[in-house]
Amino acid sequence: MTKEEITKKVTEIIVKKLGVTEGEVTPAASYVEDLGADSLDQVELVMEFEDSFSLGEKIPEEEAAKLTTVGSTIEYLVSKLGK
Amino acid sequence: MIMQGKQGLICGVANKRSIAHAIAKSLHREGAELAFTYQGDAVKKNVQEIADDLGSDLLFKCDVTKDDDIKKLFHDLKHYMHHIDFVVHSVAFADKEDLKKDFHRTSRHGFTLAHDISAYSLIAIANEAYPLMHLHGGAILTLSYYGAEKVIPGYNVMGVAKASLEASVRYLAADLGHRQVRVNAISAGPVNTLAARGISGFTKILDIIPEKAPLRRNVEVDEVGDAGLFLCSPWATGITGETLYVDCGYHVIGM
Repeated sequence: MTKEEITKKVTEIIVKKLGVTEGEVTPAASYVEDLGADSLDQVELVMEFEDSFSLGEKIPEEEAAKLTTVGSTIEYLVSKLGK
Repeated sequence: MIMQGKQGLICGVANKRSIAHAIAKSLHREGAELAFTYQGDAVKKNVQEIADDLGSDLLFKCDVTKDDDIKKLFHDLKHYMHHIDFVVHSVAFADKEDLKKDFHRTSRHGFTLAHDISAYSLIAIANEAYPLMHLHGGAILTLSYYGAEKVIPGYNVMGVAKASLEASVRYLAADLGHRQVRVNAISAGPVNTLAARGISGFTKILDIIPEKAPLRRNVEVDEVGDAGLFLCSPWATGITGETLYVDCGYHVIGM
């Protein structure tokens, strides 16, 4: 997948899960501080990313803990799936 | 359809990945009518969607730490279901901090909380549910895990609470058996649920099972769903006080 495809899909998932607008989902946006996510939402998002991108393996806790912004999520997925 | 004409209550759906959801799907597939509880506003929307999908508009708020909530739940449920045939209890909680530290550092409060929500709630629900099983008995089902009997790193106080839960299943079964109310547990292999992701090292547990378990894979949540259906159904009327392993055989392995 290209970075653009990954970004588009990540944005869709966040919009659906957190009920925010597409415009709010910028790379710098923090899930908790900017998008109003609580700790359960964060875990649910990580699980959605695993399923939607067919990662095959689960995102380990140490890695998941670092995915605090939209941008960090996209970079992580690019590192796993990007070309 | 083995559950045609049967109806009951599902407690503990958090989202579509919940084991309670899988059991509800299996029960619905076989014709059961369902009612659902949700723990709080954070999960209400998820549970609402699942109830809709499974043809149910019976949704009740119930925080199992509150006796009044449990009483009100069954009081309200009675208006819609004059009797019930089954209750699925798939509820547990431990403070994440207590799952990170060494077990011997468990706080008194953390210990009490884990046991209150994960074990006592079954007793409280059973006490309200059995009077509604007056027609021809019924089935109460709860969910446990192997960490109740063997040490699973990171499961900590949750394992001790699950041990209490499994013991409660046996005592409840003995108490309620003369009314043909059966009480059983499923000890499910690790399933990738919201609750499971709160356990430190859970993703590592998922990696180990396919190496060791006789079936060489992790259990699918729908397999737990079908085992739950079985224990709630007339197929299982001779079974009570039992903990049934649905774990791809992992529990038989010594090393």
